Amino acid sequence: MLPDPAELIACPTCDALYRARQPAAGERAVCERCHTVLIAPRARAGMSIIMLSLATLILVAGAINFPFLRISRAGFGNDASILDTALAFTEGPLQLLSLAVLALIVLIPATRALLTLYVLTPVVMDRSPWRGAAQAFRLSEALRPWSMAEIFSIGCAVALVKVADLANLTFGPAFWMFCVLTVVVVVQDQWMDRWSVWASLDREAAT
Amino acid sequence: MRDLGKDIALTARDAGLVACTRCQRVWPMAEDRCDRCGARLASRDTGSLSRVWAWWCVGVMAYIPANLWPMLVTRTLMSESEDTIVGGVIELMHHDAVGIAIVILVASVGIPVAKFIAIAYLALSVRRVTLLSAHRRQQLYEIVEYIGRWSMIDVFVVAILSALVQLNVVASVNPGPASLAFALSVIFTMLSAQAFDPRMIWDRIEESARSEGGEARPA
Repeated sequence: MLPDPAELIACPTCDALYRARQPAAGERAVCERCHTVLIAPRARAGMSIIMLSLATLILVAGAINFPFLRISRAGFGNDASILDTALAFTEGPLQLLSLAVLALIVLIPATRALLTLYVLTPVVMDRSPWRGAAQAFRLSEALRPWSMAEIFSIGCAVALVKVADLANLTFGPAFWMFCVLTVVVVVQDQWMDRWSVWASLDREAAT
Repeated sequence: MRDLGKDIALTARDAGLVACTRCQRVWPMAEDRCDRCGARLASRDTGSLSRVWAWWCVGVMAYIPANLWPMLVTRTLMSESEDTIVGGVIELMHHDAVGIAIVILVASVGIPVAKFIAIAYLALSVRRVTLLSAHRRQQLYEIVEYIGRWSMIDVFVVAILSALVQLNVVASVNPGPASLAFALSVIFTMLSAQAFDPRMIWDRIEESARSEGGEARPA
């Protein structure tokens, strides 16, 4: 006889069925046959993730406003901000690409940070979830592969090597902020445990 | 096929349940929408392979002009040059920037081509007996999912160069039409990989076990 479906967890990759339970501290629950990580909680992850989300928002705002890169050669100079970079595709249909790049490196990382704050703040404060928290979390998870801040920063490295022997380069504060942003986004993804968030949304909604 | 024994699992489908792939909540088979997160439920995504192939085809189609059209248009005092992806790599080789040339070559040619082949192989292997075990195909799928986004790096390089290198008559760099085709190809291929339902990799294990007359299965 199977237990209540609410106590089960199915591996999203291979559909194997398990009885879900909270792993002991420092342990992870892994699917036995396909080795997908199912549950990987971290102590006090909620508060840390909220702090990292706030940091993301501040860094995005800063990276947009401060100077990003400057080059100069033979008396000519040029500044490029992050927005200039995202909007570099100006001719005809290439403008679509400007929109896409802006979304991938600025809008989607910031949106995910906002959604995460919306979902986790009431959970951490032991309140009942705000309206639409489940949908917000689902959207945030769906957006994850489209958040490409870390790829952009590797792109920076490649572009800078290409330019380095052509002209003099100066790094603005936005450049360093973006580097930190990359680390923050990656660490936040490492700490986020989907099962724990869903379980806490369920628990808070029930009380 | 005796050694498959340890890989036989009680799946949600065999238990008469359906799992939400977004939030992993399990529901009775009759439900069609997850009550927790609102995602649509499907025990097996029957349209999955058609969508994989549809995105795969447009991805391959966009990849052709991405290689034929210029990616970057560079103007300096004396000259104007239009570089395709491969042309840019050769240019870098001439400038002794071999490391960067390899990064660009791997990210813009190696990874996209390998991804097309890997997705096609995964989609074809759902319906027939394959050399690679389910574990290997699962790993292949995870690699494709993880690495797909990184092809976008070339588009970002073009964006940074075009925004930065605008030195009046001395030198200027502008994006070419291949950048749009290449970005579309990367996006379509990502959608193709996302449309693939990895549960199909594992289903045949249970099916072959069942046809062999029901081996002992762990519950």
